[in-house]
Amino acid sequence: MSSRVTPSSRNSSLRGIAAATVVALIVVACGSDDDSATTESTGIPTADSVTLVTYDSFPEADTSLNDALDSFTADTGIDVEILSAGDTGTMLAKASLTAGNPEGDVMWGIDNTLLSRAIADDVFEPYIAGPIADGSVEIAPEFLDLVPNGEATPVDYGDVCVNYDIEWYAERGLDPPSSFADLVDPAYAGQLVVQNPATSSPGLVFLLATIHEYGVEGWQNYWSQLGANGVEVVDSWTQAYYERFTWAGGGPTPMVVSYGSSPPAEVIFADPPRDDAPTGVIEDTCFRQVEFAGVLRGTDAPDAARQLVDFLVSDEFQRELPLNLFVYPTNQAVDLPQQFVDFAVVPDTPRSLDPAVIDAERSTWIDEWTELVLG
Amino acid sequence: MNRLPRWLLVALAIGPVTGLAIFYAWPFVTLLAEAVTATAITDTLSRRSTWEIVWFTVWQAVVSTVATIVVGLAPAYVLARFDFRGRTVLVGLLTAMFVLPTVVMGAAFLALLPDSIDRTVWAVIGAHVVFNLAVVVRVVGSLWEHLPTDMEAAAATLGASRWKVATQISMPLVRPAVTAAATIVFLFTFTSYGVIRILGAPGTRTIEVEVWRRATQLGDVGGAAVLALLQLAALVAIVSWSTVAQRRHARAIGLLATSARRRPRTSGEYRFVALIAGAALLVVAAPLAALVLRSFSTPTGWSTTAWTDLGESEIRPGIRLGIDPVEAVVNSLTNAAWATAFAVIVGALASLAIVAAGRAGRALDGGLMLPLATSAVTIGFGMLITFDTAPFDWRASWWLVPVGHALIAVPFVVRTCVGVLRSVDPALVGAAETLGASPVRAWRATVVPYLWRPLAVGAALAASISLGEFGATSFLSRSGGETMPIAIEQLLGRTGSVLQAQGFVLATLLAAATVVLVVIVERLQSPLAGRAGR
Repeated sequence: MSSRVTPSSRNSSLRGIAAATVVALIVVACGSDDDSATTESTGIPTADSVTLVTYDSFPEADTSLNDALDSFTADTGIDVEILSAGDTGTMLAKASLTAGNPEGDVMWGIDNTLLSRAIADDVFEPYIAGPIADGSVEIAPEFLDLVPNGEATPVDYGDVCVNYDIEWYAERGLDPPSSFADLVDPAYAGQLVVQNPATSSPGLVFLLATIHEYGVEGWQNYWSQLGANGVEVVDSWTQAYYERFTWAGGGPTPMVVSYGSSPPAEVIFADPPRDDAPTGVIEDTCFRQVEFAGVLRGTDAPDAARQLVDFLVSDEFQRELPLNLFVYPTNQAVDLPQQFVDFAVVPDTPRSLDPAVIDAERSTWIDEWTELVLG
Repeated sequence: MNRLPRWLLVALAIGPVTGLAIFYAWPFVTLLAEAVTATAITDTLSRRSTWEIVWFTVWQAVVSTVATIVVGLAPAYVLARFDFRGRTVLVGLLTAMFVLPTVVMGAAFLALLPDSIDRTVWAVIGAHVVFNLAVVVRVVGSLWEHLPTDMEAAAATLGASRWKVATQISMPLVRPAVTAAATIVFLFTFTSYGVIRILGAPGTRTIEVEVWRRATQLGDVGGAAVLALLQLAALVAIVSWSTVAQRRHARAIGLLATSARRRPRTSGEYRFVALIAGAALLVVAAPLAALVLRSFSTPTGWSTTAWTDLGESEIRPGIRLGIDPVEAVVNSLTNAAWATAFAVIVGALASLAIVAAGRAGRALDGGLMLPLATSAVTIGFGMLITFDTAPFDWRASWWLVPVGHALIAVPFVVRTCVGVLRSVDPALVGAAETLGASPVRAWRATVVPYLWRPLAVGAALAASISLGEFGATSFLSRSGGETMPIAIEQLLGRTGSVLQAQGFVLATLLAAATVVLVVIVERLQSPLAGRAGR
């Protein structure tokens, strides 16, 4: 049997085991040592660096938006790390699970449909940007009404609307749809990609738009029809727009839930250049979305985090929003770029729902939607 | 060997016991407390989707199990009864499939199947079958190999057809092994997670996937906890039932000490063996080949772009989606190094304690096996919701993911070491003591030196478990700290062809790393296994 094995004998094995016991005790059992509390995922715990947690369509480098952040670093000595955390629903779910010990210091992009959940989960340390509080930056009062207790700072707004590929419809001699009702018409079967409202904020906003149109009793029936008409569901806006949409992603689907301000982007980044918008907006489907930036509770660098939020509403940063994130700045002093004025669609009366109703019903609606559409 | 001083036993056991208490028992209690609120239970149980998910979980597991058994019996028979060139390689390949990380298996099937069926339940079941073929081949095969052939020969002599011999003689004889294999496959597929996260459509959800979705996507921690416990209860029920059933159906068969394998004799046998072995080879090799090929496939033709530009995950200027494949490799290696260190230290201490401590040792042994019986998702979820309040707020600690991995790897280290340590001849210890050594000295000189080799095996197993771990990691990893399996799932979830190719590159790397580690394990283990008389 095994008695003939020649082991690599070690005389110091007892001492080794004793040492190992100590190590095991320190490493495995104990834990309230220096690693536990301060270090964060970026590994840079000093106040000279803040991590901006944001959705995955926020550029991490190489754009004028990032240049603006660089100038913030030059002025204040505070480095800004950008941490991309999926679409807004996913980002908020992570933020809720890490509330108090956040993945970063400032969060950009929680919108009016999810804000109440972020507040309920204690994600933010209440903070309204200083320049707004002292009146040096003016924003519309309706945005400030959304944060009566100063929970977070309204930084941009826009309208979530169904976009379509103008050429795709022209080639087929088909008129693009113009209303929610058209979207369930068999003529448009398999032509729409939407985002999962559980993971994506435009997805949730689009669900709310249908609830606004068909009412709390009627939307389920509408979605059954959309499902029967072959609606495609993906997890995030970037995936829907840049991977599935015929125009921007070379995908198979000519309609996508995106923004009223997406068409100017397609003009600005068109290669070769063009002077008309290749994508259109179904105005009837537009629902107003307001996005917020907040200081994450539990940040190691609260002062630097607040300084960054102050910068996020400054003219210098806000004027970069239209052409980089395709949203409107909340800072009223900022002029819009010409292409934006020419090609963005601003509905006369964007849809909206009472925030209290959204707050009360959101999780029920998302659950119902999941059962209905994803089975 | 029960004469070691108490202080030494305590010193050996205290680390593993404390670790188990803090990182397994405590999260488990937290999970229970979270679930046992009236609203969480009633909400979950009254939701229609809960029962649809339970039903889906069960039926896909049943279909996967039946299909695995049906597909696996013929190769099990051929590999058990016949010697042929390439037999060892085929057994090795089948085993390698079994130890591949779940996300790699999912990725391989995604690569293999055409788009029309690659995100359906049939793809999931196909992956489950290939994944678990090794269970049937090994469990049923090992019985078949040692089953006397005289009864079959007698039946054939009396004029029974091949089919009749197979169904009336062979099958009843191997039925206990088939039941055992089916139970194992059912348990694996019932708790399937990584394969479904990759291959399933958004609506294809097992309980395991729904726990993840509710906790991390919807923020419904209570509902997720109820589901996790529901699944655990189901697992306990299945395991108890199968233990009882196996005891009841146990029967004495005179097994051969040596293998009944022989070379095929007739040309019919040759053809049969070649057909089955060839088919098995194809089933196993095709997904792996597809995986490697797809990592070289781009819309413009074959190219090594995905390999050379692995760090470039930009889909638009500046927009990188937060997925960095290169960083994922680094994260995985770092995590695996720490997880291996933790698992080896804890496993070594625990093994020595278990072997030396008699009944208390058996309790420790059982306790350390518990994380294996609990799903990884439950472990990760429990840890996430437990260590979130100061001074135990460890969510951002670099060591939390490696500790989670170590928890799952320790049972493997312990199993490898305890067997070897138990086989140390007690006469050696006696001899050392007769020569004047103190009990501690005798133990040190005779028992401890046997630890190093199985520990090396355990280390390789722990490293491969950590590299491929997906369930617990999907809860514990933070943005920017993604491991390879997490990055693979994210990349393959995208439709962009560059991102997909990068996902396949990572999956190929992970598959290769796992296979290398398994080969190391086999190399280290085989002379040892021979010596232990297994």
